[in-house]
Amino acid sequence: MTNVLELRGITKRFPGVLANDKIDITLREGKILALLGENGAGKTTLMNILYGLYKPDEGQILVRGKEVTIHSPNDAIERGIGMVHQHFMLVPVMTVTENVMLGVEPTKNGIFLDKEKVAKRIREISDQYGLAVDPTAYIKDLPVGIQQRVEIIKVLYRQANILILDEPTAVLTPQEVDGLFQILQTLIDKGKSIIFITHKLKEVMHAADDITVLRLGRVVGSIDPKDATPEILATMMVGRDVNLVVNKKAAQVKEVALEVKDLFVRDERQNLTVNGVSFEVRKGEVLGVAGVQGNGQTELVYALTGLLPLDSGQITLLGEAIKHTTPRNILERGVAHIPEDRQRHGLILSFPIHDNMMLCTYYKPPFARGVSLQAKKIFSNAEELVKQYDVRTPNIYVNAGTLSGGNQQKVIVAREFSRPIQLLIASQPTRGLDVGSIEYIHSRIIQKRDEGTGVLLVSSELDEILALSDRIAVMYKGQIMDILDASKVNKEYLGLLMAGVHPTNTATKN
Amino acid sequence: MSETATPKPTETKKEEKDARNSSIGQALLIPSLAVLSGLIIGAIVIAVSGANVFTAYGALFTGSFGSPTELIEGLRIFFATGDNASLVKAIYPFTESLVTATPYIFAGLSVALGFRCGLFNIGAEGQFFIGALCSAFVGYSIKGLPAYIHLPLALLGGAAGGAFWGMIPGYLKARFGAHEVVNTIMMNWIAFRLSDWLLNGPMKASGFRPVTANVLPTAELPRFFADPLRFNWGFVLALIMAYAVYWLLFKTTIGFEIRSVGANPDASKYAGMNIIKNFVLVMALAGGLAGLAGSSQVLGVDHWVGQGFSAGYGFDAIALALLGKSHPFGVVLAALLFGFLRSGATDMQSMAGIPIDIISIIQGLVIIFIAAPDIIRWLYRIRSLKVENTVLTRGWGK
Amino acid sequence: MTNTNIQQINPKSAKRTQIIYGFVLIVVGLLIYLLFGLNTEAGVLTTFGLNLASSQAIKIPDLVLPALTTVYLMAAIAVFIGAYQLARGIRSTGALIGVIAFTFVVAFLAWAAQDKSFNLAGMLSSTLVRATPIALAALCGVISERSAVINIGIEGIMLIAAQVAVVTASITNNLYVGLIAAIVVGGLVAAFHAFLVIRFKVDQTVSSVAINIFGAGITSFISSRFLQTATDTLNNSGTFPIITIPGLSKIPIIGPMLFENNIIIYMMVLLVIVMHITLFHTPWGLRTRAVGEHPKAADTLGINVYFVRYVNVIIGGMIAGLGGAYFTIGSVGRFDEIMTSGKGFIGLAAMIFGKWNPIGAFTSSLIFGFADSLQVKLQILRVPIPSEFLLMAPYIVTMIILTGVVGRAIPPAADGQPYEK
Repeated sequence: MTNVLELRGITKRFPGVLANDKIDITLREGKILALLGENGAGKTTLMNILYGLYKPDEGQILVRGKEVTIHSPNDAIERGIGMVHQHFMLVPVMTVTENVMLGVEPTKNGIFLDKEKVAKRIREISDQYGLAVDPTAYIKDLPVGIQQRVEIIKVLYRQANILILDEPTAVLTPQEVDGLFQILQTLIDKGKSIIFITHKLKEVMHAADDITVLRLGRVVGSIDPKDATPEILATMMVGRDVNLVVNKKAAQVKEVALEVKDLFVRDERQNLTVNGVSFEVRKGEVLGVAGVQGNGQTELVYALTGLLPLDSGQITLLGEAIKHTTPRNILERGVAHIPEDRQRHGLILSFPIHDNMMLCTYYKPPFARGVSLQAKKIFSNAEELVKQYDVRTPNIYVNAGTLSGGNQQKVIVAREFSRPIQLLIASQPTRGLDVGSIEYIHSRIIQKRDEGTGVLLVSSELDEILALSDRIAVMYKGQIMDILDASKVNKEYLGLLMAGVHPTNTATKN
Repeated sequence: MSETATPKPTETKKEEKDARNSSIGQALLIPSLAVLSGLIIGAIVIAVSGANVFTAYGALFTGSFGSPTELIEGLRIFFATGDNASLVKAIYPFTESLVTATPYIFAGLSVALGFRCGLFNIGAEGQFFIGALCSAFVGYSIKGLPAYIHLPLALLGGAAGGAFWGMIPGYLKARFGAHEVVNTIMMNWIAFRLSDWLLNGPMKASGFRPVTANVLPTAELPRFFADPLRFNWGFVLALIMAYAVYWLLFKTTIGFEIRSVGANPDASKYAGMNIIKNFVLVMALAGGLAGLAGSSQVLGVDHWVGQGFSAGYGFDAIALALLGKSHPFGVVLAALLFGFLRSGATDMQSMAGIPIDIISIIQGLVIIFIAAPDIIRWLYRIRSLKVENTVLTRGWGK
Repeated sequence: MTNTNIQQINPKSAKRTQIIYGFVLIVVGLLIYLLFGLNTEAGVLTTFGLNLASSQAIKIPDLVLPALTTVYLMAAIAVFIGAYQLARGIRSTGALIGVIAFTFVVAFLAWAAQDKSFNLAGMLSSTLVRATPIALAALCGVISERSAVINIGIEGIMLIAAQVAVVTASITNNLYVGLIAAIVVGGLVAAFHAFLVIRFKVDQTVSSVAINIFGAGITSFISSRFLQTATDTLNNSGTFPIITIPGLSKIPIIGPMLFENNIIIYMMVLLVIVMHITLFHTPWGLRTRAVGEHPKAADTLGINVYFVRYVNVIIGGMIAGLGGAYFTIGSVGRFDEIMTSGKGFIGLAAMIFGKWNPIGAFTSSLIFGFADSLQVKLQILRVPIPSEFLLMAPYIVTMIILTGVVGRAIPPAADGQPYEK
């Protein structure tokens, strides 16, 4: 058996960070190599080097034993390397055909685009690999799972033999993940080789032929899937024993903190994305909202926190009906919000930490007297919170943008938890963080729950939902499929709900 | 990104101090070099146009600072005989530069305030004109008021007019996301047409020329010296305003909101700030400042308004704000510089035959150099310092 | 982001729009009655001239309408359609805007030209002429912004090109040399803009504004230092002759409008068509649009994002250069300071109203051209409105369009953002 791809001693430095440190990796022909590592381990950097998006500082790349240089995606494509990016590289306002042909456009008379030819080729690829998709559909109208197929077709259209998939399961339901693995198997059967990047332990054991683990930019080791257990892999990945289960006591449920009735919300483009949602969150419990990303969770949270107006419906917060959900109104009633996109909503990256620590309460004492800002109080508040929440920073005067993702999130958590709160709305609170930060933020959320705060947790990471929630609501196409007791559900059942299948009446909801 | 090891605190304190010092150094260095480069290219343009660069820039210098020999001579005569005529003549260019700088300070503050909130106010020109017209109207039409009421009223009128003119694009931006750059320019053209009509019709003084009547003495900004020196209280008012803007921006919750909305409108909304209110407020304040620029010019210097009164102040203000890094004190320095340049350029025009438009060319170049400091670094081989780029403007209102 | 279907009709806001349009139509009807109906004398005729004296078109009789009846008819049409809209609803907002504009303008003209003769053919023909610089500015905007580079410096580019065109043409005594020089200079200035925003990541608006200030400065400088003293030799080029297309120009009304123009106007119309085909039916267009919407996606497919942007911005600058040439060698034959008077910015409004499409941009430019030529004709008719206010009209229309109240459009997703690998 030959090695189709070898990386030797790849090193890549960014200012202040050694992203890849002498990495060696081997991909065998017709096999699936899983590249395992937590966020920030350097997996994506490595693959971007392989795909010609970054230039390595040192090291060699060998394709079928021959050393090659890859300076651009074009070089990679020429060498038969194709990549399915974590964030899909598709133009939403164009059709499948246009997206697939982009960059290698066949023409009629040498001038005009020959879309029919490409559409025909797409149908052929679809049939050959079981990737059903309509070539004339617009990307923006397709569900995420189908968009991923388009990405794979794009790669196959360019006749790639080596496929790199970067975190391909992040946006899929458990069943869609199974479907993806079947597709990967088909690809292998037809002679392709695959590198599969993930931080999810179980998928690796399920799908891979070889596993290589990265940590802090270095290869920690390789392991045969047959010998691997989640515990071993986790230890390799993080470098210490990891407690995969969040310790928590049984919930002490008290009165209702938030009640939502028949909520309808439109997104910024006026599409109805939350479609009649009702639920309640009690003090002292965590209600987890599970679902594939893009099924209305974002808009639900935006509506609850005043970032989007309600189309119709009722929100009752701590016993009081709320008519105008402005962010300030919600905040003044004792709601904390950890936003989904911390760099967009949560922080002002060009402001110093001390200003971010009072971003929501700058107008109130002790930070302001009248309109006059009280610098001393602002600084002392920040100093204290930085200490209390273990934010790793040289001082409180540096800009928030200079912090790592985990520390940025800690700034938000510190700020939001530092005022008296009755309800916490946490949206994707650990996205993109390293395991240490994830553990820390999870423990803080559970601590708040145990203090009697109601928690609404929205996450597309099913493991996170299962670890933290007392009850679980599953959202699909803007509706809640069901609300379940967290102690009595399994992943498969949730997966079906996430895909819009209600197992009890087996009818597909639309 | 992974959690990188944080350096030890003791080291960082020092490093940070060094970095801060050198960044202050660069903050002054880059604008200075930008102005220098602008002047050099300006010199090339002058040379290419067939004039003598030394005559031209010599006239520029004496036109802005006055001639040192004349100054010494004037002082000598004054102390010897008590006759101040030649001393007045000697310091005239210098005071005239300060007079020119006065509206620049106001207008520069106007644009700088907009930048701080992420708004690009190209409409200072129109706001200036409207402000001047309003002040003139209050100044000549209301009779019989004592100066301590009439003058503030005239200033207020100018500020209100400018504020109204600025508020319209601010509201359109906030409510509809309409691009303020295009809208403020449209407001400029509307202001020009409106002033054409006013100066030929309702506001025209008796006589042939399309100009307003002179404002009453009670509405004039008092001058420090007798004629011909026009140096007046407007300059002091401008400095006070610069401090007021500084205080507002950096010491109050209002300024915190303005800067937040400018830096990240989404996070500001999340933090409970009202984006619409801030956009309208800032454009009104910016318009008011530009209006005051017009007021100071009409009440302190000219005492009447004619066609083409705004004379490019609004556009110069953009260069000022960029040059001053949108900081009120920086704007004051930049305004002084341009006051000297513009005032000297008048002499350059009359003595060396160089059209005053050379200043616009230099300004355009200065804006480019300030906005692309990499060019300056590359030209002068300055080591790059990692400076965060601030986004000044956004696309078509998303 | 959502993966659900996008084309969901919003019943609530659709209803609201329906009611708003209905009321607007009725208000327009009433306005027509109040403004024009009450001020039109009964029994007076309005004559719309349909022939251009100088043209080769076959002469047809003029349109003579009873003024008051026409005004009343227009008011009635607006009110009737408004009522119908309230009761039943018409889907096409374009048609509704069309009705509003048509009834108001016809009633206005009937009133303004009562007891006089108004040359309609002449106005239509000057509509295209006056739309030309606006359309060229808009096309420059379309092609730059489709690749996500905002260019607000069109005004400055046009000024510089206008001056270069007339000076080169005057010196060489050849208009075509002037035209080519203008196009080349337009491309060069745009290349400089592209260089600043792509290579140095300068804020696109700031760079554009600098170009505008620089353009106004350098042209005024040259104008007052050289052109004013040597008008005959440097600033007197003459203009392109009218090229009459045989046969087609004989068609009444349309003939003089479309087929009796100078070369720049023909080039503009040709550019609209060519740009439409290029953008939507060729590989270059596909790549341009991809770069404007999702540059990273284009990059991962081996498309050189920077190259695409450079080329598009430079081509845009060349088109703006052509637009600049129109001001001097295309219409008056000499350069005046700040002669573009905001046309570059109005072009941007036309681009937005035209939804970043070449054909849309062209049609919107015609609206501005119409407003502009109407304004001139009205001054001739001595309508009792100060000319300064009529001159404001295009600027006000631009501001209204930018609010997006009439037809909101979505710009290319990456518009105005620098691309970092």
